[in-house]
Amino acid sequence: MGARPLLASTTDTVAAGRPLVSLEHASVRYGDVQALAPLSLTVRAGERIALVGANGSGKTTLLRALGGAIDGVARRLHVTAGSPPPVTAMVAQKPFLMSFSARWNVQLALWLQGVPRAERRARADAALARVGLQAHAGRSAPALSGGQQQRLALARAWAMQPALLLLDEPTASLDPSAKREVERLLASFADDGVALVMSTHNLGQAKRLATRVVCLDAGVVVADRPVDAFFDEPLPDAAAAFLKGELPWS
Amino acid sequence: MNSFAESLSLAAALIAGADAQLARIVALSLQVSATATLVGLALGLTLGLALAVARFPGHRVAVWAVNTLLALPSVVVGLLVYLLLSRAGPLGSWGLLFTPPAMVIAQSVLVVPLVAALTRRLVLDALADGGDQLRTLGARPLMAATLMLLHERLALLTIALTAFGRAIAEVGAVMVVGGNIDGVTRVMTTAIALETSKGDLALALALGFVLLAVVGVINGGVALVQPRRALAREALA
Repeated sequence: MGARPLLASTTDTVAAGRPLVSLEHASVRYGDVQALAPLSLTVRAGERIALVGANGSGKTTLLRALGGAIDGVARRLHVTAGSPPPVTAMVAQKPFLMSFSARWNVQLALWLQGVPRAERRARADAALARVGLQAHAGRSAPALSGGQQQRLALARAWAMQPALLLLDEPTASLDPSAKREVERLLASFADDGVALVMSTHNLGQAKRLATRVVCLDAGVVVADRPVDAFFDEPLPDAAAAFLKGELPWS
Repeated sequence: MNSFAESLSLAAALIAGADAQLARIVALSLQVSATATLVGLALGLTLGLALAVARFPGHRVAVWAVNTLLALPSVVVGLLVYLLLSRAGPLGSWGLLFTPPAMVIAQSVLVVPLVAALTRRLVLDALADGGDQLRTLGARPLMAATLMLLHERLALLTIALTAFGRAIAEVGAVMVVGGNIDGVTRVMTTAIALETSKGDLALALALGFVLLAVVGVINGGVALVQPRRALAREALA
């Protein structure tokens, strides 16, 4: 554990549902670099969280920690009585797709989740239809365009019926049209009750999609507020400095 | 020394005439090396996957050893297998010395480090690219690594061809454990060595061309099959 100050989440400031996933005093270090200072964060059902901050501020590391992809960082999956643990799914900026068909990629995710064979095909086809890729189900995934690949990654994640979707700059490398399409899909997923945590450099996108904004600086959460409060009210110095430097580019 | 053109002509005549002895030698070469490649792939892939994923005491030494064994001289492998299979050796009771199975064993030993080292590097590179994402989908490390072998199956085919090339082109190991017995353990490389020692350089060169042709045909076949396999896979999806 590093010596940085611990910043607990301020989820009590955001109206949201039951807790889904929590990090408690999570800390990540890569060699000499403190990628994530000890922090606690809870994601609740129905939340749409935008992670903002400069490059290297720890956004991707935080997403990976929430996704359970970092050894030694324990996340807490909140279980309600009689229900399985919440499923989390992650979509990267540049999604990794195996060199098989689009449908096969979705079915693989379902197989890894233990979904019975009889259900896999139908769920994969439903997910591909949801993102408008049903006509491309049999095409090789690497042969799809960048926007289609991102939609396929979203279909793969959505097919897993996640309670929480983690997105690492999901529209960063897309053209405006594909960007709008992905944003529309994310909004529709959220309307279906899927909680979203999304890193982004696009503050306009954060305003459009998020209900809560978490600002990171050098692995530390420097602001964690409802979206309106984040953009309209005075911020701590580090978050304010980030906004001043970032807003002209948004 | 006869001319290069004469050797080529002789090679063409041997192939065109479907010379029975040549056919037998080529068939045995293919059989031994293909079997050794399959055995080497089974062991090498497993070892490569393990070295890519598992962490255990001595892991770095194991990686160093596998990489070092890439340069293992085939004649040394032949000698080690000879010692194992000779009548006084620990496996002498199997009675395999100077038989094709002994040659398969020797060539397998030769290609296992090659397959393991290349597989480890292939899997590590692939995991660096997409391992995290497979993990977030629910794949455990060994499953993610195995999936990467599927993902990189064309590169895997290249590894298999490289292993086959190493096996079919070596002479030292099969000479020592096979004995180059006519009609029993004589393969193309040992036949070339024999004809060279007898001074029949034209025939030796001709056999060399046949060896090249065999490898060339296999490589060409694989190149032709690859896109068709991809299409078939998409059609089946």
